[in-house]
Amino acid sequence: MLFDRRLKWKTRLFAAIVVASNALGNFFLARGMRHLSTSPRSPLAFIQAIFTPWVALGITLLIVWLLSRMALLSWADLSYVLPVTSLGYVANAAMGHYFLDERVTLQRWAGTLLIVAGTVLVGRSVSNAGEPA
Amino acid sequence: MSAWILLAIIVGSTVTADLLQSFEMKRHGEIRFRTGGMGRLAATLARKKFLILAILCMAVSFFAFMKLVETTDLSFAVPASAASLVLETILARIVLRERVDSRRWWGACLVAFGVALVAR
Repeated sequence: MLFDRRLKWKTRLFAAIVVASNALGNFFLARGMRHLSTSPRSPLAFIQAIFTPWVALGITLLIVWLLSRMALLSWADLSYVLPVTSLGYVANAAMGHYFLDERVTLQRWAGTLLIVAGTVLVGRSVSNAGEPA
Repeated sequence: MSAWILLAIIVGSTVTADLLQSFEMKRHGEIRFRTGGMGRLAATLARKKFLILAILCMAVSFFAFMKLVETTDLSFAVPASAASLVLETILARIVLRERVDSRRWWGACLVAFGVALVAR
């Protein structure tokens, strides 16, 4: 019982870290790539871009995303992890709209709500991670 | 390079990476965090060949994604790259032999439909 509860909270904590680090990482990466002095066209130019401050911050957060996701996948099903962490898509759309001045149409927001609905449905299913049915 | 070609590269390499990663991490077993054990854990994981292959696929996906977010909206690039979700759920059932119940199927379908709307 105690083990189940520990695993449940561990799963939720890691899912939250995965979502937050993905949204922030992508935001800083996009911001950095759009502020480069020249658009990278060669492998060397891409490697140079990696070491610019905003891109480097984005990549650091995406490394946190990768490691926390790998840890989560070590005990939870891929078919559970994928839809639950898809909340990150909503966060990314919001980041684009509010912080990158992107025009997000009503249709895109409707799609976002569908993603949330799908995520809730998946969250109510049984997983081998101790998550509740 | 067009956004759709970049998107195809991202989706293909992401699906491959996720399947390899999940397979190898399941084979390794649940990770338990202990002080002093992280170095040993990293060394163990660095020797897993499917994990190394997964990371290579992720690198391909990442460089294509860097180029995509430079030229298109983040609110398009990120949801559009989730086109891999349905394919991955199907392959998780077939290749990884995970039990996927009906709620999870419907949830994945809703997520995929939502992603399609967001990406249009």
